[in-house]
Amino acid sequence: MKYKTQKIAYWFWALSMLLLVLQITYGFIMGFARIGMDGLHEFIPFNTARAVHTNLLVVWLLSGFMGAAYYIIPEEAQRDLVRPKLAFLQLISLALVGVTAIIGYHFNWWEGRKFLEIPRPLDWLVVFNVLLFLGLILWTLFTGKRRTTTALVLSMGLLFAALLYLPGMIDFDSQTLDSFFRWWVVHLWVEGVWELIMGGILSFLLIKLTGVDREVIEKWLYVIVGLTFLSGILGTGHHYYYIGVNKIWLIVGGIFSALEPLAFLAMALFAVNMYRKGEKSHPNKIALYWTLGSAILSFVGAGLLGFAHTLPQVNLYTHGTLVTAMHGHLAFWGAYGMIVLAIMSYALPNLTGRKLYDTAGARLAFWLSNIGLLGMTIAFGVAGVAQTYLERRFKMEFMQVQNEIKVHFVVLILMATLFAIGITYYIIQFVKYGLPNDEALEAETN
Amino acid sequence: MLSKKQARAFFLGGTVVTFLIFIGLTVYSLSKAQDQTHSENITEAVIRGKHIWEKNNCMGCHTLFGEGAYYAPELTKVIERRGEAYVKGVLMSPVPWQINGRKMVAYNMSEADALDVVEFFKWAGNVDLNGFEHVVSPLAKEKIEANN
Repeated sequence: MKYKTQKIAYWFWALSMLLLVLQITYGFIMGFARIGMDGLHEFIPFNTARAVHTNLLVVWLLSGFMGAAYYIIPEEAQRDLVRPKLAFLQLISLALVGVTAIIGYHFNWWEGRKFLEIPRPLDWLVVFNVLLFLGLILWTLFTGKRRTTTALVLSMGLLFAALLYLPGMIDFDSQTLDSFFRWWVVHLWVEGVWELIMGGILSFLLIKLTGVDREVIEKWLYVIVGLTFLSGILGTGHHYYYIGVNKIWLIVGGIFSALEPLAFLAMALFAVNMYRKGEKSHPNKIALYWTLGSAILSFVGAGLLGFAHTLPQVNLYTHGTLVTAMHGHLAFWGAYGMIVLAIMSYALPNLTGRKLYDTAGARLAFWLSNIGLLGMTIAFGVAGVAQTYLERRFKMEFMQVQNEIKVHFVVLILMATLFAIGITYYIIQFVKYGLPNDEALEAETN
Repeated sequence: MLSKKQARAFFLGGTVVTFLIFIGLTVYSLSKAQDQTHSENITEAVIRGKHIWEKNNCMGCHTLFGEGAYYAPELTKVIERRGEAYVKGVLMSPVPWQINGRKMVAYNMSEADALDVVEFFKWAGNVDLNGFEHVVSPLAKEKIEANN
């Protein structure tokens, strides 16, 4: 039995795809600026492009997570979403925040704090939006026929993500304190509660795609999110090494952030093992690709590449270099981008009734985007390591170094093109699926 | 074999314990006695400078304390490295500042605003960054000392 209100998810994902296209466009603007082609400087200087690029990332992922919640929660709670019209209001307010913020960035209307650039008046609209979203999700969950661990973990992730937005809204006179609490939002989101959201979606997908018993999957889900918080909360310390706070964070941050890959390793092993254990052969193979791909690449991007520069002895030299961009790109893609594309790949055939999963376009989307993004990661990595040695060890001037590493940005742009072609294929598939409809949902029994 | 109940206890217990330790460490490291930032030197001018820094999203290209966008130079100890007049010149320039090919937004700041930003950088330059301040892109004083 499927629920008609699950259709709302589609519109959040459509917004997601639109924002992803824009995010990639602004990424290209930055890439070209780095090789000296900055013809747009007067209208879109680098800092504008950068703020748009990172904020769109956050908003398209959030919109993707929200879509996932609107799809998953009714199915898990076994009831339709309460007040579906309000969900559309929430969608409109989310789009409004995103679009207003992005336009504002072109006119110097921002807070200028990395990742949290949204100006204060819009922050309140974000708060309204998220409260409305949580209200609908939690109300549905707690009036539903059942409360599953998957739904609880997913909802808890979303609730904590909302609460953690608040420390970012406090004003400080000191840059050090500002930075300290900014990481409460950014780090505890991406290396904490967002992993709960990812874990919830992953576990839902594994239950559906592998047919392994829910009890087994959900037990491991607890272990994984347990490991995430055990390492991730004190792992926040790796952002505190060199911003002007006590040396104690070098020890605490060093030890606990070195443990952070364990959570991702557990997640990857869990997904692969459940797949191998599963007896069900679900026809939607491409959704399985994205699901397993997400679990594995999040371990590589967030786990391994994070570990590569998280120890204070290494980070002393790599902090504030392109090594961070290397880790950031693959981590966000593996852990969050891919899981959103995974749940969409799984849900779209059910919502629209069109079984387009076994097509060349779907496979090209997966392989091209992944190969492209891995190539981008390598380009950033080589540029970052070279920058670290030349600038930090050999004390060369910043711009001299930037000119030396320019060639890696040509590679970056080529790889980004491959990535963009992959995403184009994904979006073509998305459009081909057409609109969600009630007949499809009624016919769907999987 | 681990039961689901035990797994949940591990999750909840681990989270609560590490969160409490995190709060404790936060309180400790932000206490007055552990201050490494010379917070007593955060004057009105420094605060105004910080607001200008934020209002123009300088972090969208530069880095400070290693945080920012890696497109333009690190600005920790920039006053020590370049001198006050140079920094003021960059901020007050009516045309995009462009050495070595990469353009900066032409902020065309008033002298008063530029001075506030300079004060902000001076404060930032004296923060004890646990050794990072000695590693980050060449610092005038240390370079001169090394050459002598």
